[in-house]
Amino acid sequence: MTDLSRRDLLAGAAALVGGAVLAGLPESVEGQAAKAAAAPRPVAPPDPTKLQGGPTSAVGSRSPYVTPARTPTGETVGNSLTPLQELSGTITPSDVHFERHHAGVPSIDPLRHELVIHGLVERPMVFTMEDLQRLPPVTRTYFIECSGNGRASYRDPKPDLTPQKAGGLTGNTEWTGVTLAQLFREVGVKPEAEWFLAEGGDACVMTRSVPVAKGWEDALLVYGQNGEPLRPEQGYPLRLLLPGYEGNMSVKWLRRIELGTAPWMTRWETSKYTDPLPNGTARAWSFAMDAMSIITAPATPRKLSGKGWWPISGLAWSGRGKVTRVEVSTDGGKRWQDAELVAPVLSKAHTRFTHMWEWNGTEAVLLSRATDETGYVQPTRTALLEVRGKGTDFHFNHVRGWRVAPDGQISFYGET
Amino acid sequence: MRCASIPAVLVVAAAACGAPQPPAAVPSGEAAEAAINKEGPRYGLGRSADAARVAALDIDVGADGRGLPAGRGSVADGEKLYQAQCGNCHGAQGQGMAPVYPALIGREPREGFPFGTDPKLVRTVGNYWSHATTLVDYVRRAMPLTAPGSLTDDQVYAVSAYILAANEIIPKDAVLDSAGVMAIQMPAKDRFVPDDRRGGPEVK
Repeated sequence: MTDLSRRDLLAGAAALVGGAVLAGLPESVEGQAAKAAAAPRPVAPPDPTKLQGGPTSAVGSRSPYVTPARTPTGETVGNSLTPLQELSGTITPSDVHFERHHAGVPSIDPLRHELVIHGLVERPMVFTMEDLQRLPPVTRTYFIECSGNGRASYRDPKPDLTPQKAGGLTGNTEWTGVTLAQLFREVGVKPEAEWFLAEGGDACVMTRSVPVAKGWEDALLVYGQNGEPLRPEQGYPLRLLLPGYEGNMSVKWLRRIELGTAPWMTRWETSKYTDPLPNGTARAWSFAMDAMSIITAPATPRKLSGKGWWPISGLAWSGRGKVTRVEVSTDGGKRWQDAELVAPVLSKAHTRFTHMWEWNGTEAVLLSRATDETGYVQPTRTALLEVRGKGTDFHFNHVRGWRVAPDGQISFYGET
Repeated sequence: MRCASIPAVLVVAAAACGAPQPPAAVPSGEAAEAAINKEGPRYGLGRSADAARVAALDIDVGADGRGLPAGRGSVADGEKLYQAQCGNCHGAQGQGMAPVYPALIGREPREGFPFGTDPKLVRTVGNYWSHATTLVDYVRRAMPLTAPGSLTDDQVYAVSAYILAANEIIPKDAVLDSAGVMAIQMPAKDRFVPDDRRGGPEVK
């Protein structure tokens, strides 16, 4: 019956004038509409108050006018990006949180999934999901960002990049789980343990080495994502969560933790996730994600419908603590103004910033620049190129933005 | 011997392992948080992990060779295995299939380590990997793509031997075992440096 009412609604409306019923929608979605030109736009009745609406449903769905989507590559070894330009606030809806898998998304029965902790511990132990959920639960909001985020905008900034393509390997989530410190106490981590190995239950049995100090400090084992169990692509039923560290280290589908004295030098901390530098070395263990910001509106593929007031809105974050300041420029970086940070500003979490801008109809270049509580200021691309080189492969947190043409067309601006 | 590459303690030992030095201790605010978290209740949930359970899962090979399995494999056997089970993705010459399947074989550029300046350079086992143990560990746990973790330990050594020989790191007539793996000096072993970013005003 659920289908019936929606079909009725759409069919009833389809008999009407088509495009005319959409007149009430803001023109600023014009670009979006053009993009979706291939699929006919859903048609709503001319006056929704004159017929009954749809019934209740078991699981809700988005309005047919709202179609945020990731960018799947179709490969099991692949990624898909968060559609930052479609989102508001700071929480990333679970079903569009970016993905990066190195051997696909495994199917795991939570009743059979167990976590083994061994190595330099007093008591090697096994925990069922029920055991873990009986330990004191904590709920905290953190971002996860892949350290490859922004590679395209760094290596090859092209005008058609969107916020999604220029910075969409990030997501911000209210996680629920148990502290790793609690588990460390349960097993009795020995004082000589300096590193632990986290291992996933996917087909590449993903492993990363992590300093034990991080485990004591703020690491979590999470089973909840935005009020419900983790999505499979985020590690269901259990993932490690290392606040502020590069995403790959927050090992998904976590099945084993081994305590040891030295890093294991796994593939993912040697051949990948190391950063070649211009001086003929490569940086290893580059865990923390430096401060970053990106304007998500106005941005490609939208178009400004006319001059006047527009909110400049975006996201800022730092893996080293709180964002303390975001500045916005509308002239390509000659002058900067402080944007408003939308409270609450949380440590190692996305912060929304806004700035009201009165566009005078001439060409403008919109940029944002974040500062974090350590005093680190998000660098320009030129500054990052100088210290890292064009061949470096991770941690691309440079300033980037959008060029607005006099006709309102927007394109990516990466030459900062 | 297990390499004690502990922060700010044994630079010499770390260098001897061909491993970069791990990051320095966490900042004081976070250290304070960690200290608080060390003191707290224990609930006694979970059950003891028996040795057999741990042994079945504990397949990792450390940089010090701990966990290297018994067994051996020749370059010749490895080449046959590689062409049968690996070449479809990684290429008959180990050239890879970008962007999904990485290149494995190739020593160019032989001079320097210019990966930071030239994004076109392809990173391989031969020109970029710092430890031979990493190769054994990853082949054993994750390869081949269509049947992950299915190779016998002898096959793991054989495939590893072939990849290392094709990269001119061991002779073409070599037979690889755990001692052989530990004797290998990877061309890129001294190229890695610890992360020196610490926040603050300097861009690094």
